[in-house]
Amino acid sequence: MSGTWVVIPVYNEASVIGSVIKQVKQVFPNVVCVIDGGTDNSAEEARKAGAVVVEHPINLGQGASLQTGFDYALSQPGLTEVVTFDADGQHLVSDAKEMVDILRLEKLDIVIGSRFLDDRTKINFLKRAVLKTAAFWTKITTRMALTDAHNGLRIISAELLTKIHLHQNRMAHASELIDQVAAENVRWKEYPTHIIYTDYSKAKGQSLLNAVNIVFELLFK
Amino acid sequence: MPLLVFQITAVLVLVLAAFFMFRGGGAKQQAIRRIFFLLFVALAAFSLFFPEAWTKVANFFGIGRGTDLLLYIVVLVFFGYAVSTFRKFRNQEKQITQLAREIALLRTEREQDNK
Repeated sequence: MSGTWVVIPVYNEASVIGSVIKQVKQVFPNVVCVIDGGTDNSAEEARKAGAVVVEHPINLGQGASLQTGFDYALSQPGLTEVVTFDADGQHLVSDAKEMVDILRLEKLDIVIGSRFLDDRTKINFLKRAVLKTAAFWTKITTRMALTDAHNGLRIISAELLTKIHLHQNRMAHASELIDQVAAENVRWKEYPTHIIYTDYSKAKGQSLLNAVNIVFELLFK
Repeated sequence: MPLLVFQITAVLVLVLAAFFMFRGGGAKQQAIRRIFFLLFVALAAFSLFFPEAWTKVANFFGIGRGTDLLLYIVVLVFFGYAVSTFRKFRNQEKQITQLAREIALLRTEREQDNK
């Protein structure tokens, strides 16, 4: 896994980021944390846990953080693929490992996590409805029949990564990423992932009202 | 008499605003903006002395009063302003993002070189 870089966008996650990085590093030696401004000592914690830290001087948003992580990864020699991973510990490292294996074995360009392919993830009705609607929208606009377009866990090959340029700084980047990926006629696969909704990740997670923001940001580019 | 005082003060304010607006460099677009702004100043000064002119124009277009016509124009102008400001902020945000990203990556590079 030495050609793999794990990109973790971080905004005020000091209390959990250290342990998340340690878990990730058991499988993936290369971890880059993009600290997106913020007011706590996330950067310090990330460094202590052994991650490379790239620190935005001001807060730009999660989309911008991912792109910064991508730029960093692309500057590293021997990059084979990147993993996008959430900082709040809601993803399983074992899922990420499996997904990288599949990408390599089947020579895919991208493997996208989905919480709807099995019944491990416990999710409430309203959130499921919103995510399903988003996935349906993606399906009719990009013809990629995704079941879950807003999953933070993805594996992207280095080759495909050079073609991705996220301009949506805030919330709409997940849709933007899929749009750009779909335009490249890539070989892709979804992989059933488990999302662990802890009290922490729930408190940090997006409000459903954010769906309104996402739609707005996509319409008024 | 008070009307005349109001009219003169208002013209002075307009001239001052125009003066400050005209400072700063630019290109073709800015020239057009400036012409429009001049026009705006002239019209504003004109309507101070001939307020009934607006009503005549309004009547010509089948709108009741000059005030109504002005309201419509203001709404349109405001909408245009909102859109162009939104665009400007979007572009600015993109530039700031690039700058911040560049700084972030350079800092990390320097840190790693120092190790």
